[in-house]
Amino acid sequence: MREIHTDEIRDTVARLCMEACYYLPEDILAGFKKAEAKEVSPLGKTIINQLIENAELAAAEHVPYCHDTGMTVVYAEIGQDVHIVGGSFSDSINAGVRKGYQEGFLRMSVVGDPLLRVNTNDNTPAVIHTDIVDGDRIKFTLLPKGGGSENMSAMKFLLPGEGTEGVKKFVIETIEAAGGKACPPVVVGVGIGGTFDKVTAIAKEAVLREVGVHHHEPHIAELERDLLEAINRTGIGPQGLGGVSTALWAAVETYACHITALPVAVNIQCHAARKKSAVL
Amino acid sequence: MARDAAHKRMIELLGNNEPLPVDLRQEIIFYAGPCPPKPGQVIGSTAPTTAYRMDPYAPAMYEYGVKGTIGKGPRRDSIKEACREYGAISFAAVGGLSAILSKCITAVEIVAYEDLGPEAIRKLEVRDFPVLVAYDSYGNDLYEQEIAKYRTLGDGVT
Ligand code: SF4
Repeated sequence: MREIHTDEIRDTVARLCMEACYYLPEDILAGFKKAEAKEVSPLGKTIINQLIENAELAAAEHVPYCHDTGMTVVYAEIGQDVHIVGGSFSDSINAGVRKGYQEGFLRMSVVGDPLLRVNTNDNTPAVIHTDIVDGDRIKFTLLPKGGGSENMSAMKFLLPGEGTEGVKKFVIETIEAAGGKACPPVVVGVGIGGTFDKVTAIAKEAVLREVGVHHHEPHIAELERDLLEAINRTGIGPQGLGGVSTALWAAVETYACHITALPVAVNIQCHAARKKSAVL
Repeated sequence: MARDAAHKRMIELLGNNEPLPVDLRQEIIFYAGPCPPKPGQVIGSTAPTTAYRMDPYAPAMYEYGVKGTIGKGPRRDSIKEACREYGAISFAAVGGLSAILSKCITAVEIVAYEDLGPEAIRKLEVRDFPVLVAYDSYGNDLYEQEIAKYRTLGDGVT
């Protein structure tokens, strides 16, 4: 049994909020550079170059690369031999979000009630996903998610017989409906299988996969390659202003599902692809 | 600078024939909500928000006298028509180019709806602020034009 104090959790979450918003992940930056080299639209090339410059400027000045610093999605993989002391686990995560957004000069983008719409002014509450795993550590992964791309995400139950082609069709429809609204070049996270709740959860986990890394199963990796190619042939391009770099990457996660069902979810991650992890 | 919540309030005022809290005739609205400024910054990171969310409000704002709007992403056909009808322009700036664009803003002042926090109406002075004409007053649509040049996908998925 290892003890972890809630103060430590709070401070770690606060640090991750700031780092995720200031420093664009390396794999995304590398993805920009690769896309820039391939882009045939002059305007598209200019936009990608501006995004690279923007990420470098933000990192140098420790300011957010995108102003929409999002709703904070927090993944906690909690080792079953950890004992949390000092207070409530979820309170300490929210305290960390509050601290990170206030001290980091991040934008408060959360309203407390979806219909009354009054800003909570501290970006809480976070969306918290916990998983109990082996070991005596806690791994936190933060995904502060901007509204523009999240709003363009979609879920659908296909008929099982629609299979791979049906999945491709739904993904492309979702990307085309999103167009420039989701701030391409995007990372596309696709979930296939599970239940209504599970399929969206794995689509979001897919977004966290490193750009350039395929699924371990060959038929899913092949689907990822096909999806990426088709997405980049839509012509949408950077910011929806035309080009061949609509997506940097397409990642698919799957789960077992019911004999009657083929659920598919598409979670779109804009170019401000914030993700940052730490292990306690 | 004004976005969803401020538009909602302004449209209500226009509907009741009441004056807006600031005169926006002949002005350009930047659809955005900034990060708070760090000490020493004029404004925190800033870039346009998705323009289509203001589509229900924009025609009435153009009719009222707003000359242009700056947002990101494609908009509904009603915007194309409204731009033509009222001689307005819908501009696009690069979404998420927020560290760079904040440097093009030289002065900022909250002029209405301070209670809305990042959604308050702000008056901005800008220098060399990069925008593109997305929808002009003649019915042209930059998104449609540019995407058509690079689309190689058939009607199916391959
Ligand atoms: S969609 Fe992403 S990059 Fe675009 S404004 Fe929102 S958070 Fe920023």
